[in-house]
Amino acid sequence: MTSTTVTAATLRSLPFTVILGTGLALLIIAAALLAPYLAPFDPMRMAAGPRLAAPSAAHLFGTDEFGRDLLSRVLMGGRLSLGIGVAAVVSGLAIGGLLGLLAAFSGRLVQAVLLRVIDVLYSFPDTLIALALVAFLGPGIENATLAIAISLVPFYARVTYGLAAAERAKPYIEAAQLAGVRPGRLVRVHVMPNIGQSLIVMGTLGFSSAILSAAGLSFLGLGVQPPSPEWGAILASGRNYITKAPWILLFPGVAICLTVLSFNLIGDSLRDLVDPRRKGRP
Amino acid sequence: MSSPYLSVRDLSISFGSGEFRAVRNVSFDLARGEILALVGESGSGKSLTSLSVMRLLPEAARMTGRIEIEGRDIAVLPPRQMEDVRGAKIGMIFQEPMTSLNPVLTIARQMTEGLIRHNGLSRREALAAAATCLEDVGFAEPDRVLRQYPHQLSGGMRQRVMIAAALALKPGILIADEPTTALDVTVQAQVLDLLVDLKSRYGSGILLITHDIGVVAETADRVAVMRGGQILETGTVDEVLGAPTHEYTRALLASHLTVEKSLRLRKDETGVATS
Amino acid sequence: MTSTAILEVRDIRKTFTASGRTVHALNGVSLSLEKGETLGIIGESGSGKSTLGRIAVGLDTATSGSLLVEGERLDVLSPSLRREKLRKCQMIFQDPYSSLNPRLTVGRQIGEGLFASGVSDWREIRGTVADLLERVGLKREFAERYPHEFSGGQRQRIAIARALAPGPEIVVADEPVSALDVSIQAQILDLLAEIGRESLLSYLFISHDMAVVARLCDRIAVMHRGRVVESGPVAAVIENPQHPYTRNLLDAVPRFGRRRAGGKPTPVELPRHEDGDAFVAVSEGHLVLQAGGLRAAKTV
Ligand SMILES: Nc1ncnc2c1ncn2[C@@H]1O[C@H](COP(=O)(O)OP(=O)(O)OP(=O)(O)O)[C@@H](O)[C@H]1O
Ligand SMILES: Nc1ncnc2c1ncn2[C@@H]1O[C@H](COP(=O)(O)OP(=O)(O)OP(=O)(O)O)[C@@H](O)[C@H]1O
Ligand SMILES: [Mg+2]
Ligand SMILES: [Mg+2]
Repeated sequence: MTSTTVTAATLRSLPFTVILGTGLALLIIAAALLAPYLAPFDPMRMAAGPRLAAPSAAHLFGTDEFGRDLLSRVLMGGRLSLGIGVAAVVSGLAIGGLLGLLAAFSGRLVQAVLLRVIDVLYSFPDTLIALALVAFLGPGIENATLAIAISLVPFYARVTYGLAAAERAKPYIEAAQLAGVRPGRLVRVHVMPNIGQSLIVMGTLGFSSAILSAAGLSFLGLGVQPPSPEWGAILASGRNYITKAPWILLFPGVAICLTVLSFNLIGDSLRDLVDPRRKGRP
Repeated sequence: MSSPYLSVRDLSISFGSGEFRAVRNVSFDLARGEILALVGESGSGKSLTSLSVMRLLPEAARMTGRIEIEGRDIAVLPPRQMEDVRGAKIGMIFQEPMTSLNPVLTIARQMTEGLIRHNGLSRREALAAAATCLEDVGFAEPDRVLRQYPHQLSGGMRQRVMIAAALALKPGILIADEPTTALDVTVQAQVLDLLVDLKSRYGSGILLITHDIGVVAETADRVAVMRGGQILETGTVDEVLGAPTHEYTRALLASHLTVEKSLRLRKDETGVATS
Repeated sequence: MTSTAILEVRDIRKTFTASGRTVHALNGVSLSLEKGETLGIIGESGSGKSTLGRIAVGLDTATSGSLLVEGERLDVLSPSLRREKLRKCQMIFQDPYSSLNPRLTVGRQIGEGLFASGVSDWREIRGTVADLLERVGLKREFAERYPHEFSGGQRQRIAIARALAPGPEIVVADEPVSALDVSIQAQILDLLAEIGRESLLSYLFISHDMAVVARLCDRIAVMHRGRVVESGPVAAVIENPQHPYTRNLLDAVPRFGRRRAGGKPTPVELPRHEDGDAFVAVSEGHLVLQAGGLRAAKTV
């Protein structure tokens, strides 16, 4: 296959980090999907055990200030966190991708304006954008997801623009233009197949950032609201008991770290794979 | 001449189910200070042969045989070590200029990377070295070129950039796959002179893939003629071009088009047309 | 010029701004291409040959000057009419590797030109594509394959088939055979000549291979630093080169019985031309650009 395609042969030669990252990510995703079956208790049920109990056989991760089972909360929280992440990444990539393609394939003026705007927005940290948007939209899980999605748009738009602009200059795209292929079809049939893979990789890179933003917003009380077990929200409620019951902070914190780590590992290594300069291409 | 620097033995390359072997039992040696030309028809396996020396074959390709550089079999080197060999010992000028230049990096970035990494130059030194090499391949304003991106250069300029990048590293072995196809003949002459320099001054061995018999006659020391994945005959330039033993080589020489021949053919045609 | 010119460029200038600096790629180029004629463009690397070709097919727009297809100025036409005219101009690119889309089958890429010209039945398109593949000397079933499965020579045939698909009248061939070996080169050149005769195509044939140009072209134009410095019938220019640059080019053509010694070449003094420089006729149709001061010598 062409050099940017991930084939069985390249998979075999993948570095350890990708395997580690993928394994971890699969584990986290599986845990989130199967959370209702894996969770020993209802995550919302108060007094499932004693209050602020340390990890034990009955409550592997211990309990929180209301006696809720922390393992169950972290598991169910994963569903929320990953859910928000996926929703934000998918919509952010869709919007950002469209803008990037538009910038790459429109006339000089539209392109210049779009790029300026994208560049200005891109210069702000995405968590900051998300924060500002939630402050404007009001707290809540939907608004937080929307805000995070929008915060990712500049990143995705830029990445897409870079890929599409490089693609547009290639003779085969010009040949298609000469043959009379209309812009819409040009992008769909001729450009997308060549940059799709790289976009997906960039998607995974944005994912960890989305998870962090989600946790951050919830921690500040602007995202998922208290009884719901989102990782950031658990952290927020646990911060008052940091000395008495550090496990309330430890487990969701570790969950966030591992998720971010795993997706970064995957994203970074895959990025090397789809890099046009990647060694090993004829 | 000294012992071979590069030695290829029984190289075979196949694709898919393996019945079709694109390269079949190819063996040749390349000594220091020698230019070996590889000529042959399109699809005869010239590029594949050279890519296998760089260990840059497409993933679908399966290769057998031995490839030794200074007596060391590189087919078994781990990828990390191979990268170092690639940068320090073997240089390659690819047949496809655009795919080996990164469209989103400036020429300066791409040219200095190898110099910094393999030759241990500082950024400033690497830039100066890159500029000198660009001047050598005929750029009047190397500084302008260094700041440009590949798509801002003409086809021939891109090819010259690649040549400059490869020559900058002064590799022991240089594989040049149709290095001058996109160049006008005056620049081509300049580049060929550079190859001759690299050979005689630095003692590099050069594998020159070309389809231009005129270029072979002017620059190569030895020639190997390939067809259908096999080497048909090898010998010095005088032997092969002067007294070809193989039918195919004779046909190749006969089909070589020169300006004079073209004009004669034209005149014959128009003569026929008007009479 | 004459009204039979199918393609004409008048005083085309093109400047690029790259990293703050201005590059004058074309400094006032005027050329015309007659119907059924093959005009060879040779010259220095970076002298603006490809830029000229790209402007001729509408991939680039000139900074000033005009482009005429079938005697009509394109810049005054409506966008849709312009697109219609430009479809008659197709291009074969320099590099057979980057000019084919790695992710589309060969058949699909050739077929896109037919689809865009209004044929919407892909079964019909596939038939035509197979015919085109056969016409350029490839097998019909190659349509299902991807570009990476072909060698450079085969890819260029595919690129030719793709350029022919929309039914062009003008084909700009930008070094179409430079990546091919001699035997295949000859075949491709014969193929281009044959197609040209059959379909009465006009070629703008960009090349640096003197022998190829001498074989295929009716007229040639020699470019140097964004200008045409000499032009005329092939035999006249090659047998009686007037401009120092043309002489340089001809002398650098590799030949038997000469060995390259290495070392830096001795620079040859080449005239610097100005905008006011005029052409001088050497023989019928054979024009040479004269460096300044000779403006008065303008004849014909
Ligand atoms: N990735 C691939 N998959 C299948 N076949 C391939 C692949 N790459 C090359 N081939 C085949 O291997 C043969 C040799 O190809 P190679 O590129 O070495 O030819 P070449 O001598 O360099 O030709 P050219 O002068 O046109 O560049 C060709 O028949 C080609 O079709
Ligand atoms: N997109 C661009 N941006 C900036 N400069 C450009 C661009 N395209 C071409 N140029 C410049 O214009 C000049 C002419 O380029 P062009 O590609 O027309 O040369 P050419 O005659 O085709 O050369 P070659 O024989 O090497 O292909 C070069 O100096 C090149 O750097
Ligand atoms: Mg090749
Ligand atoms: Mg060009």
